[in-house]
Amino acid sequence: MILFRGKGLIMAEEKLLELKDLHVSVDGREVLKGVSLSVNAGEIHALFGPNGSGKTTLLNTVIGFSRYKVTGGSISFKGQDITEATIDERARMGIGISFQRPPTVKGVTLRALASLGREGLSMEELERDAANLDAAEFLDRDINAGLSGGEMKRTEMLQIILQQPDLVCLDEPESGVDLENMALIGRAARIALGREEAGGGQCTRLKKSLRSGYRAGLVITHTGQIMDHIYVDRGHVLMNGEIVCSGNAQELLGEIRSHGYTECFRCAGCDRRNLK
Amino acid sequence: MNEYRVEEHIGDFSSEAPHHDEIKDLSALADADREKLLRAGIDKEQPAAGTFVHSDHNTVYCNSRLKGVELAPISYALFKHDWLKDYYWKIMDRDKDVFTELAAGRKEGGYYIRSEKGAKVNYPVQACMYLETNALAQDVHNIVIAEEGSELNIISGCASGPNVRSGLHVGVSEMYVKKGATLSFTMVHDWAEEMAVRPRTTVVVEEGGRYISNYVCLKPAKDLQMYPTVYLNGPGAAATFNTVLMAGPGSRMDTGSRVYLRGEGTRAEIVSRSVSTGGTIYARGHLIGEASGVKAHLECNGLLLSDKGVILAVPELEARHRNLEMSHEAAVGKINQEETEYLMARGLSEAKAQSLIVKGFLSLDIIGLPDALKGDIDKIIEESTAAGAM
Repeated sequence: MILFRGKGLIMAEEKLLELKDLHVSVDGREVLKGVSLSVNAGEIHALFGPNGSGKTTLLNTVIGFSRYKVTGGSISFKGQDITEATIDERARMGIGISFQRPPTVKGVTLRALASLGREGLSMEELERDAANLDAAEFLDRDINAGLSGGEMKRTEMLQIILQQPDLVCLDEPESGVDLENMALIGRAARIALGREEAGGGQCTRLKKSLRSGYRAGLVITHTGQIMDHIYVDRGHVLMNGEIVCSGNAQELLGEIRSHGYTECFRCAGCDRRNLK
Repeated sequence: MNEYRVEEHIGDFSSEAPHHDEIKDLSALADADREKLLRAGIDKEQPAAGTFVHSDHNTVYCNSRLKGVELAPISYALFKHDWLKDYYWKIMDRDKDVFTELAAGRKEGGYYIRSEKGAKVNYPVQACMYLETNALAQDVHNIVIAEEGSELNIISGCASGPNVRSGLHVGVSEMYVKKGATLSFTMVHDWAEEMAVRPRTTVVVEEGGRYISNYVCLKPAKDLQMYPTVYLNGPGAAATFNTVLMAGPGSRMDTGSRVYLRGEGTRAEIVSRSVSTGGTIYARGHLIGEASGVKAHLECNGLLLSDKGVILAVPELEARHRNLEMSHEAAVGKINQEETEYLMARGLSEAKAQSLIVKGFLSLDIIGLPDALKGDIDKIIEESTAAGAM
């Protein structure tokens, strides 16, 4: 498939992130047991799966946290093998992540970190984006200190928006967020993923070459609430460290909503049998 | 291993130093000396209520600029005010140890600072103890009096000159905080690596008075030991100690703060942050609650960045009345890996992330610190914790 994008023609199937037969151990226990997954530029993928299935492990391995040991397979980003790359190298290459439970860092303000993380970031932009996310009051506080779950989500989203990565990883963006703030988080996710401009207001659909600004996403969601705010291209179900099902994200979510993961268990069983 | 104990080596230090003449203006100091003073927080460009510079055994500069505050060399003050003898060696024993004995044996130096009753002294008084001659034993005796209802802010910088490698500094300080007064005392040390340093401080706080101590020592010191003691005698009196230490290889810093909470409803907080990049740190604290309604908290946190370093946190709580609340927390460890990686995920290198964490760890919100000094301390922390410097 060929898509018109910006000024030139590019292949839509340009692989941005590619995981090949990824095996990952955490504290000596194998959590991911051969995961293969590709995310093309500009696409958003959702990860579903029961607790403990390996979703967070997958995201934290993509960003390169040291607890997550790759014991087999590889991770490529923008065509380069980054399996051995350091976290900061990956971040600078364009991988950004919003954590579910980020740590508190005493004595380091959000303002200081945001400024150090992106060269040339102006205070105007920082303050404007913070105000848009109702997070201005957290700028000069220690990062994540004393924040509620929803407040943390807003500051995490703010950092992603400022960082402007090509691949946006979101770990349960809706958890701990009340209904009132969900719209705010949804809008932040759209901005982070390039679906809406930070300035806001105008109808972005009218803008030409809109898709050229699309950033790719890998989003963990339990409830699917975030999918009311962003259009997800593809979904994957993780079970016990393996992707057992991939397809239309809305359909998968519908299945899970009505039957839970029991159908997926059955599917997984079938697949295994078929493989043998 | 035989540890070096300066007590056994006092004879190694000379008691004689060349005489230093008084100067009219701080600009008359050599550039290198002025730079050193600046590092210890003494800046002639900054507005100050008064400035005092003591070099080796002589007061070289003493200038009081604001009404409501009196600043003089101690010898002159004792000569001028007969009543001052009631404050001299009154809350500190001359024979407490060899160092107080050393100071008692001689009478050359030190400052006298007094804020008058009700005076709110907007700008800090800068006081500097400077060691210019190598291998000298310098001893000073200071008296500070914050009269009833007054507010006084002192920045005391202690530093050694560019030619000094070793030396001994003994500083005896007796401080009096009268009813409803506030005394904020900030001490910044910037010594030569081979220095032995023995501050000896006692503070008495009357009813409703407040004593705030900030101590910053980020440069190596071979042998630093101090245990300033505050007596909260009047009801409702309060004391706060903030201590920030960084010990490089070869440094030994044994510091603590002790507060006797004797008046009803007195409060105290002792907070220390220590970083060892190879040196030894004893972070002590001792709270003694002796009256009803006492509230006190002690916090010692340490970061150990090298296996060659040692951090020993010794928090002590002593309750002598059943109606009081005292607590402590102490934590010693390495830099948190999760925090480091979190910062790296935002694009910071590992070294940069760690230096930011250490800087944040040391950046206590120090109350009553003038912006210029705060900026200066931040700069020292920045340099000391910069990637590669640790």
